[in-house]
Amino acid sequence: MRPSDFLVIPFDEWINIFVRGWLVPNFRPFFRAVQVPITQVLNGLDAVLAFVPMLAITAIFAALAFKYVGRGMAIFTIVGFFFIDMIGLWPETMTTLSMIITAVLFCCVIGIPLGIVAARSDLVWKFARPMLDVMQTIPSFVYLVPIVMLFGVGMAPGIIATIIFALPPIVRLTNLGIRNVRADLVEAAEAFGSTPLQMLFDLQLPLAMRTIMAGLNQTLMLALSMVVIAALIGGGGLGLVVNTGLGRLDVGGATAGGVGIVILAIVLDRITQGLGEQSKVKTVSLRQTLISMFRPGANAPAETGKVAP
Amino acid sequence: MAAKLKIKNLTKIFGPSPAEALKRLRAGESKATIFEATGNTVGVNSASFDVEQGQIFVVMGLSGSGKSTLVRMLNGLIKPTGGSIHIDGEDIAACSPATLRRVRREKVAMVFQHFALFPHMSVIDNAAYGLKIKGVAPDERRERAQAALDQVGLSAHAESKPSDLSGGMQQRVGLARGLATDPEVLLMDEPFGALDPLIRRDVQDELLRLQKTLKKTIIFITHDLNEALLLGDRIAIMKDGEVVQIGTAQDIVSQPANDYVAAFVADIDRGRVFTAETVAVEPAVLQLDGDTAGDAVRTMEEQNRGAVYVLDGEQIAGVVTYQQAAAADRESGTSDVPIAEVMITDYPSADPGTQLVDLYGHASTGLPIAVTDADNKLVGVVEPEAVFAQLSGDPAQDEAPPAPLADDAAQPAAAR
Repeated sequence: MRPSDFLVIPFDEWINIFVRGWLVPNFRPFFRAVQVPITQVLNGLDAVLAFVPMLAITAIFAALAFKYVGRGMAIFTIVGFFFIDMIGLWPETMTTLSMIITAVLFCCVIGIPLGIVAARSDLVWKFARPMLDVMQTIPSFVYLVPIVMLFGVGMAPGIIATIIFALPPIVRLTNLGIRNVRADLVEAAEAFGSTPLQMLFDLQLPLAMRTIMAGLNQTLMLALSMVVIAALIGGGGLGLVVNTGLGRLDVGGATAGGVGIVILAIVLDRITQGLGEQSKVKTVSLRQTLISMFRPGANAPAETGKVAP
Repeated sequence: MAAKLKIKNLTKIFGPSPAEALKRLRAGESKATIFEATGNTVGVNSASFDVEQGQIFVVMGLSGSGKSTLVRMLNGLIKPTGGSIHIDGEDIAACSPATLRRVRREKVAMVFQHFALFPHMSVIDNAAYGLKIKGVAPDERRERAQAALDQVGLSAHAESKPSDLSGGMQQRVGLARGLATDPEVLLMDEPFGALDPLIRRDVQDELLRLQKTLKKTIIFITHDLNEALLLGDRIAIMKDGEVVQIGTAQDIVSQPANDYVAAFVADIDRGRVFTAETVAVEPAVLQLDGDTAGDAVRTMEEQNRGAVYVLDGEQIAGVVTYQQAAAADRESGTSDVPIAEVMITDYPSADPGTQLVDLYGHASTGLPIAVTDADNKLVGVVEPEAVFAQLSGDPAQDEAPPAPLADDAAQPAAAR
């Protein structure tokens, strides 16, 4: 004897009815409209990255790695990007890069304000938290189907799937960072008559910046890990290379795509981590930034007490 | 002087049902029964007091006595459950958030126990914070913050980060931040509690020095009675959320309202609370022209004194002791010795406001101490015995036993 002898719940039927019978027919135009800004940003980025010469992009990334991480990372960036170009995957890598940047950009635009609101209101956080848990734990294949039904196939739906998967860390860590700002500092700001907005921009965001940057780093990494899956619903780039290799049992092709993703991941991870470390320091002017970019010794070690490795 | 702050029946109850607890409290139930019945904690219970313009009003109590809650209600950081707070006639307890913000920006600044400096801003930006919030233009903001830093002697550190400064310096920044907006009322929540004793002494003196020129109305919270007695024009002592006594330092030390206050003041350094004025008596005087050693002996015998002061017109000429006057009188036989011959011209003197602790040296000479006003006119004398009697805590007693006196006098002197 078991419960199903008495009651069988047609859960899958309900979902089918909900999605196919109600959500898709009623909201398809809405969802179509939603993806317009994503497509625009993506196309713009893609055009820029395709237009800028490979050497220039490598130089920019190497300079960033040099400034925020160190000489070793700059060398790795140059060698890694040259390797990608030499195995013939540079255009695909740029497509993937533009997808990731787009996804992370929208994650920030949605996630940071959401995190701020969640930090301000326990009620919002109470509702947001289980949703973030679901977004992080539900297997991404599950929502690929409704995404295809609502948005169709292509780059933009792939990015939307990536956003769903990669959004939680930045919301969580923005919330955490703001909540962790010392209570006596918040009280002091309040005692001087700060409005909530003044408090946010003068105190909470600057002091939470390190944590928010850690969230950004996590979001970026999750976005990278979605590249292959997003390729299943029409996202191009390195994910497509891997998928094609998988389909054709072309172990070489799949590995090449995988290596490209790994190199990109390492470079982006280290640079954003370095950014997070940096934001502990007071904001530097553009001139100082430029100087410290060209003079390793001037990389503000005296002020931070830390020497770049 | 008009009362700057009027606080009436100010009550704060923490817990799930403050309104119900307030009703019970007003009906006269005790804190403990209210907590048992409703689960509400009474933080501050019907505190009422007025603070005059330009006064330092100290609220003193142990941790948990509700003093921090009290001061946070004064600028609305904690919303009172009942009662009223009037600053210049405006009720802080019942105003809109916008009014409250305006009051915080214009009138009431606060200095915190753990400094609460913003770690990502430089010292001068910290000092300028209140001005920034008020919307003062950057140039003027900087200028005024720099002036505030000058006041506390930190202008050289304007560009440092707070974390580069010592605790005492950090609290000076906290004070500068409070003063920069030129508030009328300054709330100080145990500002020196986190500092080392020597540095604390420094900043206390600094505060008194500043207050002489600034004349702010200051509400100062402390758990240190000596600090309260040193700084407070008036002092409120709190226990379990209630104000048990309000008065000047001397009121509280000489007339404790109950055993709790008495136990507190038992250990304090009375030499720093009482001044020469409080123990001075009417002087017995002779005139330099005319009076003789014999007159001196008679005066002293009549008034039961060990020495008398001699005036030359209005000015003090010197002091004559009984031994010298009597000896001169005996030796000379019948002829009268002019008083100038037996007079000691090197007499001890003090201002009415001199603390007893500074009279120990004078008192040990055995001569009565001349209390003089600003024009160097004799307004009273302090008998050495009176100093020690006041220190021993029993001014009614004429002569205190010598042994504890020596201890009392030696300890603070050694501690310094």
